Amino acid sequence: MARVHVTTPLTEEQVRRIRAGDEVYITGTVYTARDAAHKRMLEDLAAGRGLPFDPRGAVIYYVGPTPPRPGQVIGSAGPTTSYRMDKYTPTLLRQGVKAVIGKGYRGDEVKAALVECGALYLAATGGAGALLARAVEAADVIAYPDLGPEAIRKLTVRDLPTICIHDVYGGDQYYAGQSQWVKPDAMFKPRPPQAAE
Amino acid sequence: MRQLHVDEVAAAVARLVREANCVLEPDVAWAIARARSREESPVGKAVLAQLVENATIAEAERVPMCQDTGVALVFLEIGQDLHLVGGDLTEAVNRGVAQGYQEGYLRKSMLDDPIRRKNTGDNTPAMIYTNVVPGDRLRIRVACKGGGSENMSRLQMLPPSAGWEGAKRFIVETVAQAGPNACPPVIVGVGIGGNFDKCALLAKLALLRPVGQPHPDPEWAAREEELLEAINKLGVGPMGLGGTVTALAVHIEVMGCHITALPVAVNIECHAHRHKEVVL
Repeated sequence: MARVHVTTPLTEEQVRRIRAGDEVYITGTVYTARDAAHKRMLEDLAAGRGLPFDPRGAVIYYVGPTPPRPGQVIGSAGPTTSYRMDKYTPTLLRQGVKAVIGKGYRGDEVKAALVECGALYLAATGGAGALLARAVEAADVIAYPDLGPEAIRKLTVRDLPTICIHDVYGGDQYYAGQSQWVKPDAMFKPRPPQAAE
Repeated sequence: MRQLHVDEVAAAVARLVREANCVLEPDVAWAIARARSREESPVGKAVLAQLVENATIAEAERVPMCQDTGVALVFLEIGQDLHLVGGDLTEAVNRGVAQGYQEGYLRKSMLDDPIRRKNTGDNTPAMIYTNVVPGDRLRIRVACKGGGSENMSRLQMLPPSAGWEGAKRFIVETVAQAGPNACPPVIVGVGIGGNFDKCALLAKLALLRPVGQPHPDPEWAAREEELLEAINKLGVGPMGLGGTVTALAVHIEVMGCHITALPVAVNIECHAHRHKEVVL
């Protein structure tokens, strides 16, 4: 497991050298989007309006931050659970998005799309929003302001800490990590990876 | 008869939601510190170290420890000799929640309708639970419950033949399936018995017990230990990255039930277990 520093927009080459289990520190721009913003983005695409940001090499962070206090750039800013975005993710990956950051399991279609499109699924520590906010240097709402906490924000980040869960080779760090620690007499075994081979 | 103005209730609720979101209560801090010393996986230890650092930053800078500042759960134990005056109690609690979420720079996560899905803008409605008890005091317990763990919660009406083994299987399976989604290490609230809705309430009430405090009945305390051991064998670990601490504690609340029934509810709580109480 390596420690990798990447700068956005992500390139094919950057993405291909990252493996599941690697610590990935992101510097540059990440775009926030949760359920409601994803729904809007897909509606915009379907209507031919395009996305509110250039998706090529982009990184999407599943977060709805708390409002900043006066003098703060952003409030608390940790990841939300990713599976709720599963329905929308493959379409965005096909637009060129190279990494998504959240927490929790992804569905088989997302795992297959990550391999197909050469993109990463990264996890940040859930419930560590105060700590993760320290990596954010600027935050500006760039689309769907009516969605409030769910609006799309352009975040400028420095060394945002994540762990690669799914790499472009079908690796699955939840399965790998849990398989290492599950006891032989456990009542249930870790959920096996079922992504496209 | 002792009187209490509902404005005092609103003010207390506002203070409690602000405080709960930024300052980890000692029972939770202790449970995470203990998990850190017991976790065997280096990755798991690193995650727990992040949580400790996160709590320190949150308290020092008054930033919510988690961006999901939750649904406000407000549990009221109303003394039967107390007279609440000055207005509608439910309205006062919601007013307190709205004020606390606004003044505390907390995220407003509540919608007006589950299908229309328009944000109400002030984090109401609160989930209000009332119970009338002896005395002339008002005990207010507030918990701010995140959506990730709540979504991984389940309830099943088991056949009585399933017995303890069937209940245990359902509970452990719920935590296994939740995996990283619920932000482990989790606190597992279990309700067994009652009926469909009381069972779910028991699971929620189980979460209000100080983390790790065993059930007063030694038989049920032993079952809590048995479940905790089974859950920590799953290997899920902190944030699902693998490890030996998947749950911080299992709390069970039980109630008698019908001869046909064995209801079991599992309410999962994330490690950012935000709660705070006051007695007025």
